[in-house]
Amino acid sequence: MSEEIGRTLFDHLVELAAFELGGDEAEYLRRELNKQLDAIHELEAVPLDADTPITSHGVPYTQEISAPPREDRWQPFPDTEKLMGQAPETEDGYIVVPDIPHEEL
Amino acid sequence: MMELLRMEAHEIAAAVRAGKLSAREVLEATLEHIASVDGIPGSIGDDPEAEPDKIHAFITLTAERARAQADAVDAKIVAGEDPGPLAGVPFTVKDIFVVEGTPSTAGSRILANYIGPYTATPVERMEAAGGVMLGKVNLDEFTFGSSSESSAFKPTPRNPWDTSRVPGGSSGGSAAAVAAGEGWLSLGTDTAGSIRQPAAFCGVVGLKPTYGRVSRYGLIAFGSSLDTPGPIARSVRDAALMLHVIAGRDPHDATSAAAPVPEYLAALEKDVRGLRVGLSPDYFRIVRAEGGELVEEPLPAEIKQAVLDTAERLANMGVEIVEDVPMPHNRYGIPAYFVIARVEAASNLHRYDGVKYGYRTPDRVADMREMYRKSRGQGFGLQPKLRILMGMYVSAAQYSERYYQRALQVRTLIRRDFEAVFDPEGKYRLDALLTPTTPTAAFPMGAVYGDSVLMQYADQLTVAANHAGVPGISVPVTTDADGLPLGVQLLGRDFDEATLLRLARAVEEGAAFTAKV
Repeated sequence: MSEEIGRTLFDHLVELAAFELGGDEAEYLRRELNKQLDAIHELEAVPLDADTPITSHGVPYTQEISAPPREDRWQPFPDTEKLMGQAPETEDGYIVVPDIPHEEL
Repeated sequence: MMELLRMEAHEIAAAVRAGKLSAREVLEATLEHIASVDGIPGSIGDDPEAEPDKIHAFITLTAERARAQADAVDAKIVAGEDPGPLAGVPFTVKDIFVVEGTPSTAGSRILANYIGPYTATPVERMEAAGGVMLGKVNLDEFTFGSSSESSAFKPTPRNPWDTSRVPGGSSGGSAAAVAAGEGWLSLGTDTAGSIRQPAAFCGVVGLKPTYGRVSRYGLIAFGSSLDTPGPIARSVRDAALMLHVIAGRDPHDATSAAAPVPEYLAALEKDVRGLRVGLSPDYFRIVRAEGGELVEEPLPAEIKQAVLDTAERLANMGVEIVEDVPMPHNRYGIPAYFVIARVEAASNLHRYDGVKYGYRTPDRVADMREMYRKSRGQGFGLQPKLRILMGMYVSAAQYSERYYQRALQVRTLIRRDFEAVFDPEGKYRLDALLTPTTPTAAFPMGAVYGDSVLMQYADQLTVAANHAGVPGISVPVTTDADGLPLGVQLLGRDFDEATLLRLARAVEEGAAFTAKV
């Protein structure tokens, strides 16, 4: 198994992903990432022309089956309380969050 | 009661519409059966080993909601109105769809307290057609797996044929419920095989429609270019009945296709004579990924035989079997999926941040960043974390060309394989490909979970259809030496589910397979 993702790179990815990892999670995750990369490297055996296009979804969207663009119009959600009521902390219709790191100008 | 449970969904609907059965009596019989076979529902922090002889398909059983729906169906009958094609048919919903007023958890701690603020389009359509929703069934966390064991809600579902084995996944609760007689239909999703693989493991029918055939509105997103909602049922006819209800354009989902929806039930009546079905050697070789080593080997003999027997029966019905059809990029389906699905998952899962909804850490935090890190760290299980990290790595600016771009190019080649064999002017001119659904029968619980590569290769025969967007269906055809069901898969042309269902019906008719219930 390769060690393509070493500890430093792994810690950088964890920081970007915004995870605080517990106990032995880091060891498991890094090992599995490297195992998966071994499988991903199989793709290098596929001969590709430089001009092979990418496919971002399988079925082509022809004019026939595509929806026409809809009117750009504001539509209110019928019951905003159902959405706001799910926020962990609210006050006067605002969502409350902890202090956002910032610098005083 | 068992007699009622053994009826098919279309027979239930016909009996309810004719006033021979009431929706309420069908529902009560089903609820009674669920109480006897399902055991405790999955919940956060519960014992994974509890009641090992029960199915544990459910996370949330919504019995009172179901009673109100059944009574509404019966009231329509009394009033002389038609409740619709699913009149009184109890069904379950994979807990990756939001349903208004019910917990919609994705099998994750991070959404354990989330209540659906609206109802997903396919569920809404099933209810509007007279279907009675029983509740939400368990799945791999965010659908990330092939055994349902990664759910944060324990105990996870067990296979009704042998409860020491997995039901497959990620729609494991759906397939287990349908196989065990806990509702006739289930709404699942398939991103790499998550409908077809558990259907094969549990001996039921699972249909992944063409991408865009069924709306994704209200589906909690994983791989947005791959996710496809579809039916799990005990018979091909019931899958056709359900597909007809849920298919079609939805103004809430811009990727839903405006292609006409044919009468799938009528399509089943057509003869299969003259249809061309291909067999590919590339589906008779599999990759074994034990211990991180990738070794190519032949398909297990029993599974290969199940496919060849099916081909022979189809040939006897007048189907033209075309051998040696090349699908050379099939084996790259999983490596490409490891990249593409992870990039899409990482993108979709950034929204869970402890701010607007879902889990927020109860710990004291110094600032917003720490709140993000703790909420996501505590809320996500290992599999979402693994997918997010890989997605971020392979799409990072300096690695993207090497990984993400290459995977998307290989996806083009996978798509071209299908286009070539289905081309009406081409060499093969197939109506469908016939393949095995899975490289193994249902494996024991705990045997694979944890090895993320081995688990992903459980989808190696199904994932190409997701890359290509084409429809696929798994039909149970026999059992193996251990008495476990084996399924075969039919893969078809874009938006041609009608031909797939017609062939699947023929496969089902000729198979020596008896449902579990």
